[in-house]
Amino acid sequence: MADPSSATTPVVRLQGVRKSFNVGEPNETEILHGIDMTLNRGEFCAVMGPSGSGKSTLLNIVGLLDRPTQGTLSVCGEQTTSLDDHALTRLRGHSIGFIFQYHHLISAFSALENVMMPILGDVTFPNADMAERAAALIDSVGLTPWRDQPVMQLSGGQQQRVAVARALAMNPALLLADEPTGNLDTRSADAVFDLIRRVNREQGTSVLFVTHNQALAERCDKIIQVIDGRVVDSGAQKN
Amino acid sequence: MSIPVLPRWLPFEWIVAIRFLREGRTQTAFIMGGIAIGVGVIVFMSALLSGLQSNFVRRVLTGQAHIQLLQPKEIARPLRGGDRDILQGAIVQPPLQRLKGIDQWQSVATQIRAIPDVLVVSPAVTGSALVVRGDASRAISVIGMEPELYFRIVPLAEKIVRGSTRVTVSDILIGTELASDVGVGVGDKMRITSATGSENTLTITGVFDLGSKGANQRTTYIALHTAQSLLGLPGGVTALDVTVRDVYAAETIARRITASTGVEADSWIETNQQFFAAVSAQTTANTAIRFFVALSVAFGIASVLVVSVVQKSREIGILRAMGIARGQILRVFLLQGGLLGLGGALAGSLLGALALVAWQRLARNADGTAMFPLSLDPTLFALALLLATATGLLAATAPALRAARLDPVVAIRG
Repeated sequence: MADPSSATTPVVRLQGVRKSFNVGEPNETEILHGIDMTLNRGEFCAVMGPSGSGKSTLLNIVGLLDRPTQGTLSVCGEQTTSLDDHALTRLRGHSIGFIFQYHHLISAFSALENVMMPILGDVTFPNADMAERAAALIDSVGLTPWRDQPVMQLSGGQQQRVAVARALAMNPALLLADEPTGNLDTRSADAVFDLIRRVNREQGTSVLFVTHNQALAERCDKIIQVIDGRVVDSGAQKN
Repeated sequence: MSIPVLPRWLPFEWIVAIRFLREGRTQTAFIMGGIAIGVGVIVFMSALLSGLQSNFVRRVLTGQAHIQLLQPKEIARPLRGGDRDILQGAIVQPPLQRLKGIDQWQSVATQIRAIPDVLVVSPAVTGSALVVRGDASRAISVIGMEPELYFRIVPLAEKIVRGSTRVTVSDILIGTELASDVGVGVGDKMRITSATGSENTLTITGVFDLGSKGANQRTTYIALHTAQSLLGLPGGVTALDVTVRDVYAAETIARRITASTGVEADSWIETNQQFFAAVSAQTTANTAIRFFVALSVAFGIASVLVVSVVQKSREIGILRAMGIARGQILRVFLLQGGLLGLGGALAGSLLGALALVAWQRLARNADGTAMFPLSLDPTLFALALLLATATGLLAATAPALRAARLDPVVAIRG
């Protein structure tokens, strides 16, 4: 396994990744047509493209929620093609954090408990360390006063910040953000973006950030343009 | 500000399952109410039926032995000549049944006592006689027995309303109706004449009430030796009464006794077949009711969990994305089913117990005594809890599998 702590080490590498739906049926449709892509440690990469271009499918494959029909994918140096569901789940839990357009917080739990969930699922029994880590993450997203509130009582921006804290609970090497600012007003969107950017800079977490917001994309290290299931442009930003 | 920590002794699956149930508290309360009513009905009906049956059995068995060995009946043998195939008598009449003793009864009794499940073997002589007092006379049934053995089979002390159960060679115990009919009481003398013309004058030492007018008119108890001389059967007995440890094993033991001794043994089960048919019908009906109640409880739990899986599919998807394994999701929903069953069963057991207490207070005989004793058997409650929890787990299997198999991509997309 490659050392993911090295700045030049690829955290994600896709080679010739294709994804089709309804395979073997008359209505078989190929969504991704041979994607080659690399994301190095500490890179903050925006993924742009029109709706239906395959951005979310690409993110699902990178996030090990879906499998490619063809091609290879390695995450944190581990080849995922031959892994079974259990191993994929474990790798996903330990290496990848997700932030979605909608926060998808678990309404039965408080903000703090939501952040604790990934750690609790991993170690099974609650302990003081996980509570402290969750509290520190809640603090880092500026929500300490709302820590024990049911998540449904928080504003949209606050909920999304809880989702960011939750995504960081397992200290993942890779953060996948699927239009996390899509439902937020400009101020909240900026706050959430800044938060993710700060995590990226301070912890060296690699980020794939799907967005339609050109201004936010331009603040990333590089932009990948996905059009009709193909990466048509992948380049570093000037800044 | 101190950091609240989730209960350290609860694993992840339990925490999530309990929170999901608590979150949908209205739904949870309704289904638990349904389960509680179902379990309450099962507990109440089972205890009622069991009390009713044991009361019937107790009533039947306080007046009779579990097994009775009787003298063989005399049968008519057709008269045949030298040719075995040709009958010489045109008409074969059934013979009269003389009073006849059990052959070698002492040895038969010893054989029966050696059977491990047998508790008491009591010899008895029964026959009919006539009570004469002044102008009044009554036909009676005389039971001659050894009190120390017989009263372990038929607890007559419980039925004595006047006097005692003392039965020496010159004593007799009679029923309340007979005492009233011939105008006698404890300490009075009574002359008894048997069909063979033997007579004896006995002292009434006790008056009993067997709970039946006919039995109180006819049944009398005297000492075995007195009965043997009165009925012309010196040293013999007409019956051997047997009690066994398990009353429901009486039929099997009776067959064993017949096989080993050659004497016909009738169990109380055989002599009370109608009663047993009624008990069996009640048991079948109760089992059917229990089955259908359990089925409706199972469908209730399953439907609630199916709805819960649909409602929580996005949350399940995000849990899967966070690295929660399929097995953990499966257990979260199985636990919810089990907890619903257990919670409903606890409430239902309480409900059933309250209904039983209310029944005991309200359902009374005319004299104010309990109609029949009901016991709050802990085994019944334990079984109800176990059954409801198992039903909950079983009912949750399909929704739990569905939740565990949810594709996280589809679930998150909604």
